Amino acid sequence: MSPAWSNVRADFPILHQQVNGHPLVYLDNGATSQKPRRVIDALVHYYERDNSNVHRGLHALSMRATDAYEGARARIAKFVNAADPAEIIFTRGTTESINLVARSWGHAHLKTGDVVLTTEIEHHSNLVPWQQAAKAAGATLQYVPLLGADGEGGLDLAALDKLLTPQVKLFAFTHISNTLGTINPVAELCRRARAVGAATVIDAAQSIGHVPLDVQQIGCDFLAFSGHKMCGPTGIGVLYGRRALLDKLAPDETGGGMVVQVTYEGATWKPAPERFEAGTPNVADAIALGAACDYLDTLGRDQIAAHDTALVKVAMEKLSALPGIRIIGPRVGAERSGLVSFAFANVHAHDVVTFANEDGVALRGGHHCNQPLMRKLGLTSTTRASFYLYNTEDEIDRLVASLRRIQIFFAG
Amino acid sequence: MQDLTDLYQSVILDHNRRPRNRGKLPTANRVAHGENPSCGDQCTVYLRLDGDRIGDISFDGSGCAISQASASLMTLNLKGKTAAEAEAIYAGVHTLVTTGKVDEDNLSDLAALAGVHQFPARIKCATLGWHAALNALKGDPITATTETHKD
Repeated sequence: MSPAWSNVRADFPILHQQVNGHPLVYLDNGATSQKPRRVIDALVHYYERDNSNVHRGLHALSMRATDAYEGARARIAKFVNAADPAEIIFTRGTTESINLVARSWGHAHLKTGDVVLTTEIEHHSNLVPWQQAAKAAGATLQYVPLLGADGEGGLDLAALDKLLTPQVKLFAFTHISNTLGTINPVAELCRRARAVGAATVIDAAQSIGHVPLDVQQIGCDFLAFSGHKMCGPTGIGVLYGRRALLDKLAPDETGGGMVVQVTYEGATWKPAPERFEAGTPNVADAIALGAACDYLDTLGRDQIAAHDTALVKVAMEKLSALPGIRIIGPRVGAERSGLVSFAFANVHAHDVVTFANEDGVALRGGHHCNQPLMRKLGLTSTTRASFYLYNTEDEIDRLVASLRRIQIFFAG
Repeated sequence: MQDLTDLYQSVILDHNRRPRNRGKLPTANRVAHGENPSCGDQCTVYLRLDGDRIGDISFDGSGCAISQASASLMTLNLKGKTAAEAEAIYAGVHTLVTTGKVDEDNLSDLAALAGVHQFPARIKCATLGWHAALNALKGDPITATTETHKD
């Protein structure tokens, strides 16, 4: 393990506080991660030294801001191993990225009778935009089923062969389920979609900051993620798109910065990525996202993945020993990402989260933007503990102690 | 822990474990559904209106201890009341869960909900069933969601 790991918690100022008289245990990383000093410093440095509008600027600050902004794009291209920085489009986050594909690509390619394929485990952000796109085009939306009463079986890959017909024009799926912790075999899914000529869209929100990710090795056409779940700021995200596809797409938003020539009669578009970035972009947060990439690669994403895996193994063993707990997603010992969702028969998730907060433990309770999945599993909500690089085994013990106390209180 | 025992008073825990008037009401002539989209809590309220008076009332649904207990307490407090009386009682409950101020004359066991005001995120849990009941009284079939009602 690299020396960068020796005191990793010291890199995150926010972790060093008391909540309700207890040291904060932050286990809500699936919702958003905390930010290391390096990322916060990048934001401060930009606003104190370089702040200016980008592109077309001929003064020193504008040139520095433009260099830093385009440098961040190149950094992020390297982070996901894109072939070309022009394949990195800055957005507000995963949701905007997927909506951009659904509208621009959907408008150009979907027609009546086509099929859009997705899965039963998608976050609303990779589900509702496809419902809308399918409706607009007269296409139908179909779902790859989830296996197992607790969703422990993952996606039904045997059913995929039947579902992947020539009518399927696009297959959208998540890399890692934000609710189940299931890790999908994304390269295989892309390969099978490609065989029937379907374009692929991957929701990488839960994987981007947690596992090594190489878009060329995966072989996807589009991949969406948010900065704030990978140690970066909120309000910045990325749509990766293969250059050959991007150049054929019409812009979703139009205005300044994305045009070549404008007359009173019409306008022509710049190539990607500018074509898809109308208006002044989120310069500061893009630069800070580049700093987040630096930070994560200093630690090593393979090391982060190993840390997540070790923590979730301990968490699964200890949580599954609690009486009356129902854990959804992969079983103890099976591969899963660094999060666990669970439900108690007699204590609602919101009561669990309220009690855990009293012990300084930050959890998330609810449907996790997965309403159809909850309904399928016969649940209205679960409690989720989601881990990241700065979490420790001691914190899992704090979580388990808090849950035991909750169970005793409500058994009363 | 002081705050939490304020929130989860024994009356609340009792009504959560043994909800009163839970289930469909076969004689209902008014039904309204409430849901909290942020957490998935659901509450359907069944009323039998005899003229302007609530002859019988029940609720069904799923949710946290606060939402279930509040709905259960609500049924006990609204049975036999007129629509105007029900609205007055809810006004007292709303004040209670948002400020903690108890109207001693009118709220009786509902005062157990006073601790909710210390947990602003939970106010919507406590008011979910009430919104559904008020909609049912108005004959408003629209789903009451906590996003379209102010607390």
